[in-house]
Amino acid sequence: MENKSWILPDGIDEVLPPQAGLIDLKRRELLDLYRSWGYEFVIPPFVEFLDSLLTGTGSDLDLQTFKLTDQLSGRLMGIRADITPQAARIDAHHMGTEAPVRLCYLGTVLHTRSDGFAGSRSPLQIGAELYGHAGVESDIEILRLLIQTLEKTGVKDVYLDLGHVGILKGLAAQAGLDKQQELALFEALQRKALPEVAELLASYRIEPEHAQMLYKLGELNGDNALELAAQALRNAAPPVQAALEYLKRMAEQISIWLPQVPVHFDLAELRGYHFHTGVVFAAFVPSSGKEIARGGRYDDIGKVFGRARPATGFSTDLKTLMLLAESEQTAAQQPCVFAPWNEDQGLQRRIEELRESGYCVVCGLPGQQGGARELGCTQQLSLHGKVWELIPV
Amino acid sequence: MTFDTPITIALSKGRIFKQSLPLLAYAGILPADDPETSRKLILDTNHAQVKLVIIRATDVPTYVQYGAADLGVAGKDVLLEHGGAGLYEPLDLQIARCRMMTAGFQDVVRKHGRLRVATKYVKSAKRYFAEKGQQVEIIKLYGSMELAPIVGLADLIVDLVESGNTLKANGLVPLEHIADISSRLIVNRASWKMKHDTVMRLMEAMRAAVAKNET
Repeated sequence: MENKSWILPDGIDEVLPPQAGLIDLKRRELLDLYRSWGYEFVIPPFVEFLDSLLTGTGSDLDLQTFKLTDQLSGRLMGIRADITPQAARIDAHHMGTEAPVRLCYLGTVLHTRSDGFAGSRSPLQIGAELYGHAGVESDIEILRLLIQTLEKTGVKDVYLDLGHVGILKGLAAQAGLDKQQELALFEALQRKALPEVAELLASYRIEPEHAQMLYKLGELNGDNALELAAQALRNAAPPVQAALEYLKRMAEQISIWLPQVPVHFDLAELRGYHFHTGVVFAAFVPSSGKEIARGGRYDDIGKVFGRARPATGFSTDLKTLMLLAESEQTAAQQPCVFAPWNEDQGLQRRIEELRESGYCVVCGLPGQQGGARELGCTQQLSLHGKVWELIPV
Repeated sequence: MTFDTPITIALSKGRIFKQSLPLLAYAGILPADDPETSRKLILDTNHAQVKLVIIRATDVPTYVQYGAADLGVAGKDVLLEHGGAGLYEPLDLQIARCRMMTAGFQDVVRKHGRLRVATKYVKSAKRYFAEKGQQVEIIKLYGSMELAPIVGLADLIVDLVESGNTLKANGLVPLEHIADISSRLIVNRASWKMKHDTVMRLMEAMRAAVAKNET
């Protein structure tokens, strides 16, 4: 039987040269970009106790998290499926300031089940989070950083999709739905299954006006969703009105800061409904059937860690972004120089000079298989008289 | 209507295709070939921008979920099994209607232990019996479910029932009603957002066609 021990588990992938080099290049550019905006880099642990990892995040993330037992304490540990809650914990517990805190991170996360197009269970999550400010301005800063991230990786034709979890939450509270009813309705709305939404609402025995508004939510999407909502939800409770007002201000600010980006509103699209508390957003591109980056507001999640703070942020999978941008990124390879094996001090000095001035120099080894061409070098060092000169391969 | 962006619609052969045609025609879309006679998997239409892909019914949600097709027509039975994640199913087209039911011999007596249920619809069956508070053994089959009770493979089956003739011919009777099934228009999430106008207009046309059929 053929040995198949090299096969990786489903959805677990590795990145090989030259793509790995490209990802590393982009990784550095992006972290430099975040630093230039004042975002400090953090390295949260790969595993931590489950209770802190899943605090305030709802059951979606629980299902996505691999679990193992810590033999030292007997407690359950989880392998992170999302770095955002870790960053929130760091802000709440370790950054003892009332001033805004900006954090960025990059790391592999593990998912028990793939939800991506390529079926990956090990995305390379990169993102930025802003703590300590409640308002449109910090959401806009995060959105601008998200768009810059996509531009820098070479992803084109980005669409933004905006929603606000306060609208469904507010309408559900106004109609007096219990938790289970709200959840069932939320689930049907995520699929825009309007026939099911109508059935559910009919079975709930709530006021027709409230039912009508909840049903309308499924139709409030598009460029003009906010205008439609102003009419359709005019009798909604104040928290709903405030959420609509918030979205309107977001739209105004986006048209100022990001005039090149088309914006689509969808008041029933609520990614991370249990985790988020305010505006939620996602980025789409034509070549991908699902969103490529997402984020939103998640105020007060740090409360259980000791400090309730307003929070907003975004994250994305660097590997997915590189796949989407791949076509134009392949030529970025550095030219390489081959140096034959020789103990001559002059050669060693020349190699060091070249390396310091930015060349990649590969040294031959005595008795090796293959030469400059096989190693992908375009130039090589050759002795002319007493001088080591660069000549094309 | 006119189409300013390319649109791909996924359909399955047979009943769904036949009954979708009048709805599509109402939106001004006419296929150039008949999938029953053509071997093509992608059918052109009278609009250069609109293509139809003809695939297996159970594959329609997958194509639409991953954006290989912008829209599709899929039975609720298929969507219940698929789970519907990552898809929109905004419109009940009221076509290819039937019922999902349990069926078996009239005097089905429960033997010792768990009831064995043969079905193609594993998730729906599991959910139904769980809601009834009944622990059952599910046997996944891909077709000819009616045979299972006859040869003693299962006590019950869960299947789609239209007229009930196949059941009757095999001495079985429909027992309990699980769900009403009809076909839904399904839409890819990214297409919904990025081709919003076209998708909305197409959906409105089909909604109007459905309303007209009902009256």
